[in-house]
Amino acid sequence: MNTPTIKSVSSGYRLKQSLDVIVPQLVLFLYMLIALFPIFMIIINSFKSRDAIFRAPFSIPNPETFSLIGYNTVFSRANFLTYFINSFTVTGLSLILALWLGSMAAYALSEYRFKGNALLGLYLSFGIMIPIRLGTVSILRIMVSLNLVNTLAGLILIYIAQALPMTIFILSQFMRQVPKELKDAARIDGANEYYIYWLVLPLVRPALGAIGIFTMIPIWNDLWFPLIVAPSTKTATITLGVQQFLGQYVSDWNAVLSSLTLAMVPILLVYIIFSRQMIGSITAGALK
Amino acid sequence: MDQKTKRKPFPAHIIVFLAPALLVYSVFMVFPLLDSLRLSLFSITDSGQENFVAFSNFTTLLTNPDYSIRFWGALRNNLVFFIINMLVQNPLGLLLASLLVTGGFGRKFYRTVLFLPTVLSVVIIGFIWNLILNPLWGVTSGMMKFVGLGAFFRPWLGLEGSALITVSLISVWQFIGIPMILFYTALIGISEELIEAARVDGANGWEIFWKIKFPLILPTVGVVSILTFVGNFNAFDLIYTMKGALAGPNFSTDVMGTLFFRTFFGQQLQLGNPSMGATVATMMFIIILTGVLIYTFLWQRRIQTYEM
Repeated sequence: MNTPTIKSVSSGYRLKQSLDVIVPQLVLFLYMLIALFPIFMIIINSFKSRDAIFRAPFSIPNPETFSLIGYNTVFSRANFLTYFINSFTVTGLSLILALWLGSMAAYALSEYRFKGNALLGLYLSFGIMIPIRLGTVSILRIMVSLNLVNTLAGLILIYIAQALPMTIFILSQFMRQVPKELKDAARIDGANEYYIYWLVLPLVRPALGAIGIFTMIPIWNDLWFPLIVAPSTKTATITLGVQQFLGQYVSDWNAVLSSLTLAMVPILLVYIIFSRQMIGSITAGALK
Repeated sequence: MDQKTKRKPFPAHIIVFLAPALLVYSVFMVFPLLDSLRLSLFSITDSGQENFVAFSNFTTLLTNPDYSIRFWGALRNNLVFFIINMLVQNPLGLLLASLLVTGGFGRKFYRTVLFLPTVLSVVIIGFIWNLILNPLWGVTSGMMKFVGLGAFFRPWLGLEGSALITVSLISVWQFIGIPMILFYTALIGISEELIEAARVDGANGWEIFWKIKFPLILPTVGVVSILTFVGNFNAFDLIYTMKGALAGPNFSTDVMGTLFFRTFFGQQLQLGNPSMGATVATMMFIIILTGVLIYTFLWQRRIQTYEM
């Protein structure tokens, strides 16, 4: 580079550099408004009187317009508590069982060389890309014959099956990286294979966490299987419950806005608490 | 160690480890998928008796006007839905991702916030947008009036010509976080030295992006495309929530998922029909499998040779 012009180059460079920061910041900020605005509108209006919702939709609730009438309707008319408990039960149990069964299978596939290992891996990975929904006609028939229609157990079995292929695929990759020496040392000490599985499990904890979070969201948010396999009021999950409640109270704006806010809050809280681990786990390449 | 286990006939502990997962997966996923394919070749009487009819369900679906009009309509709409997602969601996701990478401060904050709609349920998103676009509430028309575009407001969701595009864009709004995060991950994986070297050689940001970064993230472009394809041809919740099972107005938002649901469970004028439902599911299976096979055998292979 020639020395005399270095000053002008660097000032032009500085201008360009600050533009390189300002333009992205501006675009990101604008897109953030687009992403948050609809959610924000629902939440602020859920705390207003019906009149204020229509008269001044954009303003934040003040003492004059503040009202909890929507929440009163929701709590007195809908079984939100039941729906929440159902969703927690279904999501929690599906998650734990999918991780447990999946980690055992992943351990077997990654640890032992036996005839048909590769074929089994292929068989299990078939479900990664093919959506389980396409088997719904048959799933419903199975549920009817097993007496599992309108039970949470039926939903849980479906969600375990849905989560297993991805869980096994990712976990077996992680388990292959666990050093052989560790397992062999335990074997020399006389540990049996089940004990060694327990030994390996904590070593892949980050992967278990990441898979857990990414399995949880689609299960919690699913509408299809609750609608088809467990639509009764007793077994409705929060997603289905909200969908049905909104269908009935579509003209009661206060109730609609409040129930939407209530349905969003738990998942938003979980997301805010775990977002760093969640996004961190993808960006760290944990889910490649 | 390995040789030892290999020589044994078949150790019990391997069976114990594998059996539970294999059982649940086979009974509730593989068997139903295969059984649905089988059912598409049968007709089921009211008493539950199955009669083999070969491909006549498919002939009915593709040529009998009672079914074929809806089938071709749903397929066309689904294709439009997919194309809009591919053309808007994925490029926009890539743009946001590259801005996150180059944009300096607030990177972690923005990527968290922009991913937020993706974690909410489609049911909630659908209702939120139903309200936001509702002419009765007037949020959208009010804002458009504010910027002087009030005359252009239409009840887009209710018009046959614009409902499908509107629903597709809402899907884009919700799921943009996925391509954004995947592209972001790929972009931060590119070595700084490579970009620095190009910059020293006099390449500008645009050239660096298209000549260095983009070829390097091609594998991610493939992953994002196949995820979009499978997700879009399996879509149901958003349209069911916003437009109901009849996917109105006048079936203009009908996609394969809503057609499957109606055919299986019936609708106002028509009784549910499990074997026709299975036939629609089989068509979806064929479409999705074709996409996955193209991705695995054409795209991935080409990318591999390209990388070498």
